[in-house]
Amino acid sequence: MTTSTDQIRRLLALVPYLQRKGEVSVAEAARRFGVDERVIERDVNVLMMCGLPGLLPGEIIDFDFEALEDDKVIRIRDAEFLARPLRLGSLEAVALVAALRALREGSGPREREVVDRTLAKVSDAVGSLAESVRVQTLVSPEVRELADRLGVAVRERRQVRLRHHSSVRDEVTERVVDPVAVTAAEGNLYLDAWCHRAGEQRLFRLDRVLEAEVLDTTAETQVGPQDLTHGAFRSEQVTAHATLRVGPGAAWVSEYYPVERTTPVQEGPYAGGLELVVPMGDADWLVGLLLGLGGEAEVLDPPELAARVRDAARRALAAYP
Amino acid sequence: MSARKTERLMNLLIMLLNSRSFVTKQTLRDTFPDYAAAPSDEAFEKMFERDKDDLRALGVPIEMGSHDAYFEDEPGYRVPRQAFELPPIALEADEAAVVGLAARVWQHAGLADSTEEALRKLAADGVDTDRSAQHLIAPQLNAAEPALETLMAAVSERRPVRFGYRKSPAAPVEERDLEPWRMVSYRARWYVVGHDRLRGAQRTFRVSRVADDVVFTGPPGSFVPPEDVDVESMTARLAADTALREAVVRVRVGRGVSLRRRATSVEPDGDGWERLVVPLGRVSALVAEVARLGDSAVVVEPQDARDALVARLREAAGVGR
Repeated sequence: MTTSTDQIRRLLALVPYLQRKGEVSVAEAARRFGVDERVIERDVNVLMMCGLPGLLPGEIIDFDFEALEDDKVIRIRDAEFLARPLRLGSLEAVALVAALRALREGSGPREREVVDRTLAKVSDAVGSLAESVRVQTLVSPEVRELADRLGVAVRERRQVRLRHHSSVRDEVTERVVDPVAVTAAEGNLYLDAWCHRAGEQRLFRLDRVLEAEVLDTTAETQVGPQDLTHGAFRSEQVTAHATLRVGPGAAWVSEYYPVERTTPVQEGPYAGGLELVVPMGDADWLVGLLLGLGGEAEVLDPPELAARVRDAARRALAAYP
Repeated sequence: MSARKTERLMNLLIMLLNSRSFVTKQTLRDTFPDYAAAPSDEAFEKMFERDKDDLRALGVPIEMGSHDAYFEDEPGYRVPRQAFELPPIALEADEAAVVGLAARVWQHAGLADSTEEALRKLAADGVDTDRSAQHLIAPQLNAAEPALETLMAAVSERRPVRFGYRKSPAAPVEERDLEPWRMVSYRARWYVVGHDRLRGAQRTFRVSRVADDVVFTGPPGSFVPPEDVDVESMTARLAADTALREAVVRVRVGRGVSLRRRATSVEPDGDGWERLVVPLGRVSALVAEVARLGDSAVVVEPQDARDALVARLREAAGVGR
């Protein structure tokens, strides 16, 4: 349900847009402005009554009615009093600059040149607002170089042999993949690729790739890029959840791991901390995490997990007489 | 909201934008049937004030003034064209494609909308934002933090804010008064940098730790951010982990991938083990990293790191709790 101001905002862009294009179908205008065709039709009805004071012929927006009725195409004249759109609002400007800066951070040296040119022109147009936002991914030169090479593999549809350090297992694996895209998400660069070893599409964080060899063989798989809108974490099989309690010093866990639920702890030895529900996925990573946290964390559930942690700790202690 | 009101607002805007002189209230009253039909002066004033507010809320600049101060002309209103119009941004085709891609960057409804609106204005100016640069990495700007949009708006409009803030996820909430200068996305986490009014100094806040609603405490343009805000040292501090010593760690062959990547030397140490020398910064960081490996890693030296690791493992084993 659009308000009057939403409509006016749209009309202020629609009038110059129509003049620029010369003629636009109702369908195309609806698509461009992200609204129903009926909304555009209502907009047209309003615009027919808009013009300079007096609304005399030649000073009121003139529509080609035949084109409108017969072909659902909009053609206007006599609207020069609104030839240019309204300038960008402050939040619009900052949001756009932030997006462009993120694009810049995710680009290799070849692409960065065009993004820089674009940023310069947009920054000129929005003035000091361009300084309001910074985006830094802090990619190391090695990862940047790797991203560029993998970008070539994506473009040329060539398979890649990867040696990769898993994020949940302490092991290095080698696999051949069909690269789909190099993506930036959550401050990291990833290779989105079909993995022949796993038989499914995976994400490989580039800073965990030890080696990548672009092969001469062609990538056969035809898949699109993955949807990363809910984050890049993939647990291989989320079958169960564990409930942990962590002290204030380990509360950072809630910000660095995929936590399903967080509840502050008010009393007891972990007062000031958090109770967390986490997906178990591969329990090895969780055991490792808990070993690392030591006394800052305890397992409330399941008891088997708590026992595994205690066993692992005792075995490790055997090395220290 | 009625079509009639939309028409009136559009025509008011068109008149004030295209008039050579300031338009007096009397002229407005004579020109617009809705104003003329107002039952009293007061009713007209109220209607006109609301209309001006509605237009200003869209970002339309309405100026009040008169041309001839000497003759004490009745003041009038106008929309200065230069302040109203989007300045010409002449983008090349490849630059327009970059801008088109910007529409897909924000994974946050409000900020994505703001970016879309910016793009529509550019499209209304003839920029072909439909083509989006396919070969660029399409990054994602995540904005899971609820306070982000309000803080962005505050930064873009130079409005001071008040919010509750936790220094760490389990710390108590403290109220902060801030003149926000810059938003920074660093490794996918958002930070706001500004002048902390209570402490009288520059401070950086992590947006995910803002505990409740951010409230504006002043109108737009309440302060002027300094030109050179030192964001770099903040991010450098976040990234720093300067290593001043070295640790020796025995690690099972094939395990401890992250340690190995940092190791300055790796030597065989008999019987399926290797001896690694790794830079040692904060002891607690090494302890966490080694503890996670359970019985696959042993800290040999320095003694303080070894003792700290044993203490951690004892906690995890349930001993001494």
